[in-house]
Amino acid sequence: MQTAMTAAVEIINTVKRYGTVTALHGVSLTIADNEFFTLLGPSGCGKTTLLRLIAGFEDVTQGEIRLFGDNIASLEPNHRPVNTVFQHYALFPHMTVLDNVAFGLKMKGVDLATRRARAGTMLEMVHLSAFADRMPGQLSGGQQQRVALARALALAPDPKVLLLDEPLSALDLKLRQAMRVELKQLQEETGITFIFVTHDQEEALTMSDRIAVMSNGRVQQIGTARDIYEAPVNRFVADFIGETNLLEVEVDAVVDGMAQVVLPGGHRIACPSASSAPGRHHLSIRPERVSLAQDADLRAVVERIVYLGTDLQLVTRLDGGVPFTLRLQNAARVHLPEPGATVGLHLEEGAARLLAD
Amino acid sequence: MAGPAAPTAQGEATYARIVRPLLLPSWLVIGILMVLPVCLMAVYSFLTKEFRGGVIWDFTLAAYDQFFVTRGLFGDEPAQIEWTYILIFWRSIWQAAVATGLCLLIGFPTAWFIATRPQDTRGIWLFLITIPYWVNLLIRTVSLKFLIRDTGPLNEALMALGVIDGPLPLVNTNLAVQLGLFYSYLPFMVLPIYAAVERYNFALSEAAADLYASRLATLREIVLPVVRPGLIAGCILVFVPSLGAFLAPDLLGGAKTFMIGSLIDEQFKGSQGNWPFGAAASMILMTLVMAVLMVYARAQAKGGAR
Repeated sequence: MQTAMTAAVEIINTVKRYGTVTALHGVSLTIADNEFFTLLGPSGCGKTTLLRLIAGFEDVTQGEIRLFGDNIASLEPNHRPVNTVFQHYALFPHMTVLDNVAFGLKMKGVDLATRRARAGTMLEMVHLSAFADRMPGQLSGGQQQRVALARALALAPDPKVLLLDEPLSALDLKLRQAMRVELKQLQEETGITFIFVTHDQEEALTMSDRIAVMSNGRVQQIGTARDIYEAPVNRFVADFIGETNLLEVEVDAVVDGMAQVVLPGGHRIACPSASSAPGRHHLSIRPERVSLAQDADLRAVVERIVYLGTDLQLVTRLDGGVPFTLRLQNAARVHLPEPGATVGLHLEEGAARLLAD
Repeated sequence: MAGPAAPTAQGEATYARIVRPLLLPSWLVIGILMVLPVCLMAVYSFLTKEFRGGVIWDFTLAAYDQFFVTRGLFGDEPAQIEWTYILIFWRSIWQAAVATGLCLLIGFPTAWFIATRPQDTRGIWLFLITIPYWVNLLIRTVSLKFLIRDTGPLNEALMALGVIDGPLPLVNTNLAVQLGLFYSYLPFMVLPIYAAVERYNFALSEAAADLYASRLATLREIVLPVVRPGLIAGCILVFVPSLGAFLAPDLLGGAKTFMIGSLIDEQFKGSQGNWPFGAAASMILMTLVMAVLMVYARAQAKGGAR
């Protein structure tokens, strides 16, 4: 997919303003054909706005939205070959499940027999054949969710792009986890590009080919789950994705892309750095990439030990009172320090990540 | 909690002791103000008329006979269907239906407009809709007559603009009556539709557009079916009082636009009246209204299958 990829959706310098409020500040990104692409961010970050712009429910203030090369920014939603799974499903309450699924086909002028057969096939795919004649109000949340999915996919392979607006947020945890697997499978089977909006990082990390992390109407970072977790570009991404320790550190000098970083306590380490400016910077250190050791990069006083089952969490304070958390695997031979003890912390190779801001 | 739904012996005892006495006021109101008058009306419709108004307590079907059957001017010809009153009823139904249609045509967009304003300004719009109703219906109807008469502002304006050469004869026409009914009952259309549209989930319209429905198709396939209970309620609230109205037909119409309301009204006025006949006409009107309500109930039950 990475080689010679076809762009399904291109967002080019897109700005969206509501009156004086700017929801999107010049966002640009390219989503490949057949990709499971996730827009991830806290509420109010602009991810849903971006999705609604692609669907056509809102007009772009500036910029372009291209679908397989064509600028669709001025098209009405009913002329855009994209379909949406809504957050609260938006099933038509006065129609049966089958009629809901067949609605798009009806609007496309497909004859009754064909669209009923097609809708039936779609319901089979989401395991709801037995519910074809029910009304949406008679279904559980998970079932409604699947009807919404079947409805949006009923014109496949025609909607080349499926937009999903937090479709799992109204489901309980077990169902949510099951639906993640189903969604991912469905995407692979149908070969349709999925653009998935969520604020749940676990959802994003487990399903996506690539993730765009958004905040304050800007894309902060685009990359695979591994990229954004292991190599966050800034404080927001490092903090938002998983747990991390953010340390304010002094950078002495940058030589050949390697920054000389002074850790709290005075120890020095070398970190890869894109910027060449010495000064105050932030360092992100994932809790699981740190171990207890004599030969230490950092010294800390243990405050609390939290038992998490598979893991143990050590809450500590560094010299200067900065809080620092580490996670140790709950192995048989772990020798645990007592609260109040001073321990040495060893950073694994590449554990420390110097952030751009 | 003991209540009407509690099937236990204790629940039933509580129901008899506490709930029934509490329900008494509503039973009295319904009984005295609704059931009793209707029963009186039904009984009167089977009595014999007295010439100075009032009734004689002799039971007869004369009033209904007078309504439906004619035996010629002197009562000596073979019985035939009397069309006079049936035609008046038919005309009334037609007038009320046109008024209801007009109300629906104007009321739905109005209600939609109000329901889609920002939350804090909707109250103002609803308030504006109700302002004319602070004025007595009689005065409003007379004012409407002044507006549409030959020398009224409407005709004068149209003539000044050169749209028409002479005044449009509006007063004493069916159109005037329909206009009067429309104006009298418009809020009864707007308010229930507003209530329905306000609850409408606009994500449904987005979903329809997303599934390639044009605006018109969205209106036809999604919006109207979903807000249908409001539309039906509005239609009933306009149609039923329009059917029995007598102010608008009396003041705006002429002899040719005589409606049920006026017919009944006349039967109870002065010494020319015929109480049993008026009561019979009322009963027939009520039967018609009941029929309309039953159609509504059936439509509701069908829509309620969701």
